Amino acid sequence: MNSMVNNHDGAVAKIATGIPGFDVIAEGGLPAGRVTLVAGTAGSAKTIFSAHFLAAGITAFGEGGVFVTFEDNPDDIRRNVRAFGWDVAAWEDAGKWAFVDVSPEQEGPPPVVGQFDLGALLARIEHAAQRVNAKRVVLDSMSALFMTLTDRSLLRTELYRISMALKRAGRTVLFTSERTDDYGDITRFGIEEFVADNVLLLRNILVEEKRRRTMEILKFRGAPHQRGEVPFTITAEGVVVIALTAQELTQKSSRVRIRSGIDELDAMCHGGFFRDSIVLVSGATGTGKTLLVTQFLAGGFSANEKCLLFAFEESRDQLIRNASAWGIDFARMERDGLLRIVNQYPHAMPMEDHLVRMGEIVEQFQPLRVAVDSLSALERVFSLRAFREFVISFTSMLKRRGTAGLFTSTTPSLLGGGSVTEKHISTLTDSIILLRYVERFGEMLRSIAVLKMRGSLHDKRLREFTIDGDGMHIGDPFRDVSGILSGLHTFVGPNEAAGDVAGAVESGMKEGA
Amino acid sequence: MVHAIRHSLRAVSRYTFRLFIAGDSLRSRQAVANLKRLGEERLGGRYDLTVIDVISDPASAEAARVLTTPTLVKEAPTPARRVTGDLTDAVLVMMALGLESDHDLRTE
Repeated sequence: MNSMVNNHDGAVAKIATGIPGFDVIAEGGLPAGRVTLVAGTAGSAKTIFSAHFLAAGITAFGEGGVFVTFEDNPDDIRRNVRAFGWDVAAWEDAGKWAFVDVSPEQEGPPPVVGQFDLGALLARIEHAAQRVNAKRVVLDSMSALFMTLTDRSLLRTELYRISMALKRAGRTVLFTSERTDDYGDITRFGIEEFVADNVLLLRNILVEEKRRRTMEILKFRGAPHQRGEVPFTITAEGVVVIALTAQELTQKSSRVRIRSGIDELDAMCHGGFFRDSIVLVSGATGTGKTLLVTQFLAGGFSANEKCLLFAFEESRDQLIRNASAWGIDFARMERDGLLRIVNQYPHAMPMEDHLVRMGEIVEQFQPLRVAVDSLSALERVFSLRAFREFVISFTSMLKRRGTAGLFTSTTPSLLGGGSVTEKHISTLTDSIILLRYVERFGEMLRSIAVLKMRGSLHDKRLREFTIDGDGMHIGDPFRDVSGILSGLHTFVGPNEAAGDVAGAVESGMKEGA
Repeated sequence: MVHAIRHSLRAVSRYTFRLFIAGDSLRSRQAVANLKRLGEERLGGRYDLTVIDVISDPASAEAARVLTTPTLVKEAPTPARRVTGDLTDAVLVMMALGLESDHDLRTE
């Protein structure tokens, strides 16, 4: 497999880096045979990103790489990246990876008498690159070199010369450089961006007392890329970029229907949910959201489909006990290998890590149905922006796989009302189901409505439902109540309601948005 | 008296230099010429010089961890010392390598 990405419309050719998510935001990868500056503050993961670029070149494409280190000595780098499963020493033995060690020596740089250049450095890099037939070269970091050599015009000339030599040989180059500020000048002296064709910024910022890593492609000379900051994280496999709005365009829309696990609800949805659709279930506490999730999973089980539940609120035992109260045997479904319950504490890790971990579990278990109970639990611990990014990324991942998703969201007030969750993600979901309490003459009733269903006819009426030992039973529409969704419902006279029935049936089934 | 002993000790020592250059450039030639002049004028010709072109022998540059060219390495007598540049100023080169010249001693 070759990393070269097809070059169309005369745009600059790119090479896939192999860093998860990066090639999505870079629309193919890094411009091939060009120099990219990777700039960031201390601790922004420049070295890890660079090392991953070389490691992925070797593991995914069999392309050799050279790591020129001006800062850490090669032993430290070998040890530090071992945690990501990268055996650099073995790659060195196999002639795939070569270090050029320019890390500081104890005695310091030699004194200068007269004119000099970086001819030796260039010769060493070229020598190493030829030895491993390098397609990728990393220089980490320029800032450390600039501490040794202070003549800026010399540095500018020499970096330009080194860049040109590497580019002429068709090698794709990363320079790293340390910034003092996440939102200030790109580099201290402006030399690196003069030499580089492309600029990638890595950030490690504090948002609402939490550390957040982002990257931004500031420019790709003559090549398209996504704009703005995207989050990324460091996992046990290295850098993972959370590509937002990713692959949206390539997703195919399924016309295949699946059973929700509740026959009456399928009827309301004109035959069930779509195979690759994302359904949001909104309701106050106790309205039956977890029940709906449970029946959705049971529906998957009876169709012999693998189901995955991410539970953020209740423990596994609790969930199994609840399900059995409704006549559903989660334990058996698990034994049959058709159900997996994953309990996670929302507080346990930042958004990016939740996302990566959930993605790994989905990848590994290959479910056809995924439920998240509840999204609100995540919303409480993420920043608003992170929450929205999470939903975008997670839903597009499910859609890409053609997996059905059912998410729950808890409304803060018992009667009526929407939640912050819905406000921010309603446009990202295909269908929305509302569960609401209705108080009638001192009695609490439950109502269900399909608020929206993209690409399908659906029942527009609010129906009453009850819960017993067999689960949810959806009954007739409320005919004598108005204003349930606002929470300020009133009862209308029987005559008035009766006159409306014919109209409700007519208008109840109309083409969805 | 002290000077005489020092002078006699120095008289038996020989200097070993390695000079790293990058190709046959004006800068390379100047460095070689400047070093040879220094060797004759200040070290009484008691030196051995190996010139290494990093372009044809990059492995030696890698092994010696040379970054800049020209770089002069004084390997003997120990301790090894380095200086980089085209060696235009002989006095500064001598200082950088921790050497005292015959010429300076004679004038004392």
